[in-house]
Amino acid sequence: MEWEIVMGLEVHTELSTKTKIFCNCSTQFGGEPNTHVCEICSGMPGTLPLLNKNVVEYAVRTGIATNCAITQYNKFDRKNYFYPDLPKAYQISQLYLPICRNGYIEIKGDDGETKKIRIHEIHMEEDAGKLIHDEWEDCTLVDYNRCGVPLLEIVSEPDFRSADEVLQYLEKLRAILQYIGVSDCKMQEGSLRADINLSVRKKGEEKFGVRTEMKNMNSFKAIGRAIEYEAQRQIELLEDGGTVVQETRRWDDSKGISTAMRSKEDAQDYKYFPEPDLPPIEISDEYIEGVKNNLPELPEEKKQRYMTELGLPEYDTNIITGSVYFVRLFERTVEVTGSPKDSANWIMGDLMKLLNDSQTLPENMAFDFDSLGKIINLVNSGKINRGTGKKVLEKVFSENVDPEKYIKDNNLAAVTDTGAIKSVIEQVIAENEKSVNEYKGGKTQAFQYLIGQSMRALRGKAPAQEVQRILKELLG
Amino acid sequence: MDILNMTATELGMAIKNGEVTVREALDAYFEKIEKYDGTYHCYNTLCKKEAYRRADEVQKGIDEKTLTSPLAGVPIGIKDNICTKGVKTTCSSKILCNFVPPYNATVIARLEAAGMIVLGKLNMDEFAMGSTTETSATGVTHNPWDINKVPGGSSGGSAAAVSAGLAPVALGSDTGGSIRQPCSFCGVAGLKPTYGAVSRYGLVAYASSLDQIGPVGQTVEDCANMFSVISGKDEKDGTSMVYPEFSAEEALRGDVKGKKIGIPRDYLGDGISEDVKNAILQAAEVFKALGADVEMFDMPIVKYAIPAYYIIACAEACSNLSRYDGIKYGYKSDKALNLRDTYIMSRSEGFGMEVKRRIMLGNFVLSSGYYDAYYQKALKAKKLIQNAFFEAFKQYDMILGPVAPTTAPKIGESLSDPLKMYLGDIYTVMINIAGVPSMSAPCGFDSDGMPIGMQIIGKPFCEAEIMNAAQAFEKATEYHTKKPNLK
Repeated sequence: MEWEIVMGLEVHTELSTKTKIFCNCSTQFGGEPNTHVCEICSGMPGTLPLLNKNVVEYAVRTGIATNCAITQYNKFDRKNYFYPDLPKAYQISQLYLPICRNGYIEIKGDDGETKKIRIHEIHMEEDAGKLIHDEWEDCTLVDYNRCGVPLLEIVSEPDFRSADEVLQYLEKLRAILQYIGVSDCKMQEGSLRADINLSVRKKGEEKFGVRTEMKNMNSFKAIGRAIEYEAQRQIELLEDGGTVVQETRRWDDSKGISTAMRSKEDAQDYKYFPEPDLPPIEISDEYIEGVKNNLPELPEEKKQRYMTELGLPEYDTNIITGSVYFVRLFERTVEVTGSPKDSANWIMGDLMKLLNDSQTLPENMAFDFDSLGKIINLVNSGKINRGTGKKVLEKVFSENVDPEKYIKDNNLAAVTDTGAIKSVIEQVIAENEKSVNEYKGGKTQAFQYLIGQSMRALRGKAPAQEVQRILKELLG
Repeated sequence: MDILNMTATELGMAIKNGEVTVREALDAYFEKIEKYDGTYHCYNTLCKKEAYRRADEVQKGIDEKTLTSPLAGVPIGIKDNICTKGVKTTCSSKILCNFVPPYNATVIARLEAAGMIVLGKLNMDEFAMGSTTETSATGVTHNPWDINKVPGGSSGGSAAAVSAGLAPVALGSDTGGSIRQPCSFCGVAGLKPTYGAVSRYGLVAYASSLDQIGPVGQTVEDCANMFSVISGKDEKDGTSMVYPEFSAEEALRGDVKGKKIGIPRDYLGDGISEDVKNAILQAAEVFKALGADVEMFDMPIVKYAIPAYYIIACAEACSNLSRYDGIKYGYKSDKALNLRDTYIMSRSEGFGMEVKRRIMLGNFVLSSGYYDAYYQKALKAKKLIQNAFFEAFKQYDMILGPVAPTTAPKIGESLSDPLKMYLGDIYTVMINIAGVPSMSAPCGFDSDGMPIGMQIIGKPFCEAEIMNAAQAFEKATEYHTKKPNLK
């Protein structure tokens, strides 16, 4: 029997506005517990939310970048439930009139054709705090720092048919959100979270199967694994004559399994109603036009431009445009060097190796983006040789050193003075009479040995070709 | 100088002229409060220390003419649901019995900036839910006109304090009549401003879309001066509006010649007492004599007002009051051993009967399956009520009517029959639903000598118009000059 997997995604992304959605507290991640908190975000009596206008702008930007219609008259609603991390006992969200609707993102479908994943809606809401269980004291403490950090929830239609489609969509969505500067999308810090609604049905059937909702995947890899696991679980259940229960499940990535959290019967009645403390948001045509005009180049546009204008190969283009951090590094490097080709080569080669070896994500590159271009310029002008360049990049990558200063401090500049090189090689010849004689006797390995000795004496700072030429000349 | 016989405006003037010092004013009021408040229980908390701490600074500001408000130096009583930094704000509820806000409500910041000094926090129905001040967890406030009667509610402490002379002026809040009705029962003036005219920041919410803070005063002029101190756009309240500069002096011209005043026939129908009805009809004659055109008109929408109000108010209230969960501040049951019990026991022990009733009613009307049948329908009724006022104001400059169907009931009469109590709000709740301003002012006494109030309802942001009419009436009558004999 052939089964088809049907999935829809609910993606939460924390916006990178400086302040929270309804007060002036900082949104900075980390920080001592309950230090980014005021009377408003901690839900004190009598306080009122005041909408951060930047959140609306970020939402509109996101809507435009994902081909949505902007709801020009939209409103907030209250979602009511009790939990200690929710100090007002309601979350201000949008149910009836979300700010964006009916968009899409294009991916490459399983059949190789372009496929549109439809976006049902995008709405603004506030994040809740965090509960921290103190094992030592056996008590649970609340940290309200995250309370009121602005979120966008991006809800797709059930258009996914494979884990690959889901991952492509998430990668595209992440790139878009990063490009337009609305979120840093760091999954490990929780600023991008995806819940997956998944059901299976026999191929060809129109009716959807009973779905489950999966939460708590902290990386793209975990999402891939969770999908495979859940699809298999449902298929096995059905093939054994069982039924899927509509429920919320929690993914445990270390065990590689999901477990039921709550069933539909336990689902809460959130008693949504319009938020009376916030007036409706009215968005004019001019406002939308303004946001549209200030939108930076999106991934697809950039990709086209890199290939046609800069002549980069498609493979390199895909990787570089896949992360806004690569894009920023690449574009800065091109500015410094004037060479798109060299910039791409260094990123795709030496830098990618450093990232892979150290398991570093592009968003965590912590060096001055001018440095790569400086290194390339130093190599291209012969001030250092290629091998030294690679070493300097390693230092830049790990310790964010300034390339020029590092080279000077460690005396790594290339020796380009022919006279100086010659005198060092003469010294080597004088000290290696035996090898010189062997070479003269026809042993070619002896020549390689002498090159090695010369390079060592020059501490690798002279161009290899030049050393070879001079050695040959001196040996006659 | 007889400080205690001055209106707030007169006291402000006497302080400005150097005839009375700020300390003398405080002394007089605290002395009278100490003498009588044991009997009447207007105050939950007194701010004596804080008040005297500010006195010298305020006096200096007045002497150096940096404080120029007509009410600079005047003491004021504050309803106990308006947050005062460092001073307990309890909403007369056990669940907030120990709550001390670390911030001031915007109105407090504004009145302090104007040089006014808070005397204390005034009793009220718990969370402003009630019409008698009997639902207060700190005990009932007694009506200064008859100690066996309620002062009305929920701002009963505010109205009784001003009526008894335990505060020259006060702030209350009005969600469905909570300023106007106690003012009517206690024979003082009160204003429910246009929704959005006064910042709600720091007002502990009952029903957010209906709540407004407003003044309670001995005269219309006191209310007008107070309104000018507290009104105006506040960045901290997204629902507050830009209010054109309001000056009491300009607003109160005392002339209603040629003004068109409508009286809804439906406001004088079933359930109204003869005394109240006659007082309103007599008030109409006074306005006619002053040169206004007064006529009756139909407003059949009145019958939807009570159900629409209680659905909307309770829906918002159940959500607004969910934050009192025993976790962060306020009352926490010491019997609870886990999270669920902390919620259930803290709330069961912390809230009184009437609050629980409204929380349950609100949860019911918002529940899935009932939302459309109740809440949605109430919102439709709200639209119809707003339209009815809009239409009426095409014909009339103001609407005149009673505040409540009866005068103040005896203590203990109302709580046994909540439905009857709710029906007593019939003339006031519509005004909150429509969001328009309304001024309550004394217009007579019943056969037992209890005060009767009328309300003058105006177009949105036309506070000046209704206060002007109320003052014209005040000048032509003497009801407002009568004071209760305290025991």
